[in-house]
Amino acid sequence: MLHIINKSPLERSALDSCLRTAGGGAILLIEDAVYAATRGHAAAARIEEALARFAVYALTPDLAARGVADRLIDGVTPVDYGGFVELVAEHPASHSWL
Amino acid sequence: MSNVKKFVFVNRKAPYGTIYALEALEVVLITAAFDQDVSLVFMDDGVYQLKRGQQTQAIENKNFSPVYRALEGYDVEKLYVEREALAARALTEDDLLVPVTVLSSAELGALIDSQDVVLSF
Amino acid sequence: MGTIEVNGKSYETDEEGYLVDLADWSEEVANHIAAVENVDMSDQHWEVVNFLREYYDEYQIAPAVRVLTKAIGKKLGPDKGNSQYLYELFPYGPAKQACKIAGLPKPTGCV
Repeated sequence: MLHIINKSPLERSALDSCLRTAGGGAILLIEDAVYAATRGHAAAARIEEALARFAVYALTPDLAARGVADRLIDGVTPVDYGGFVELVAEHPASHSWL
Repeated sequence: MSNVKKFVFVNRKAPYGTIYALEALEVVLITAAFDQDVSLVFMDDGVYQLKRGQQTQAIENKNFSPVYRALEGYDVEKLYVEREALAARALTEDDLLVPVTVLSSAELGALIDSQDVVLSF
Repeated sequence: MGTIEVNGKSYETDEEGYLVDLADWSEEVANHIAAVENVDMSDQHWEVVNFLREYYDEYQIAPAVRVLTKAIGKKLGPDKGNSQYLYELFPYGPAKQACKIAGLPKPTGCV
């Protein structure tokens, strides 16, 4: 399963709910969710923990737009729009969290 | 039928603050009308959708909670509720208006993983 | 949006002729809508229309045809809980046409 999250973890519970329920798979952070994968963020520790169970990706255009592309946590893979499409294509199902 | 897919609808929003819960119900009914395999998951504030005793006259909203009781007639009988979400809201199964299966977070995650299509509301 | 006139009173409908306000419904209004639909209301028709109103009262939705058929079969027996019987009464679709006469919204998931 590819979990797609687009909400800031400090505003909404989507990231926490995903990490609480899903056993593994891939997580793609887009839009405001990319903040979670930046060094020193309150959610960064949870992302680092999640790397043991999930492959974690963050969308570079969204990181760049928010001025945080240089703060991406080690182990989180940056992907562009093409990479987004590939991730969706290679997983049998996607779950776009709201 | 070979074109039956397993659909799970993940409900995470309380009923009247946003339109998501009602919209999810509409899609569930349409999906059921197409004879698909439908499961409903209620987690986070979504568990409030199933709270008994909703009275909406004073907020001038349609009380759509009776629709959950109609789901059985649409052969939608797989309703799953997250135990942790109930506990965090001081709710128990007895507070809910339909029979459900209560699962742990991990069990719920495995259930969602086993579906063909996941729609989040 | 449209309106229908019954006994000098006018009632709002949507563009397909469904009553906008459930509370506007009465037997006279039902008879009027039935006449427009070319349905001659018999006891059998009323039985289905009344069943639909009870269903809506209980569940707050207009049932899809399959659900209606099954529910009627449960309550009134297999002679009436089948689509042939219901389509004979309401040729343009039991859920669509009977719901309109019963003053309910168009059924969700009506396919």
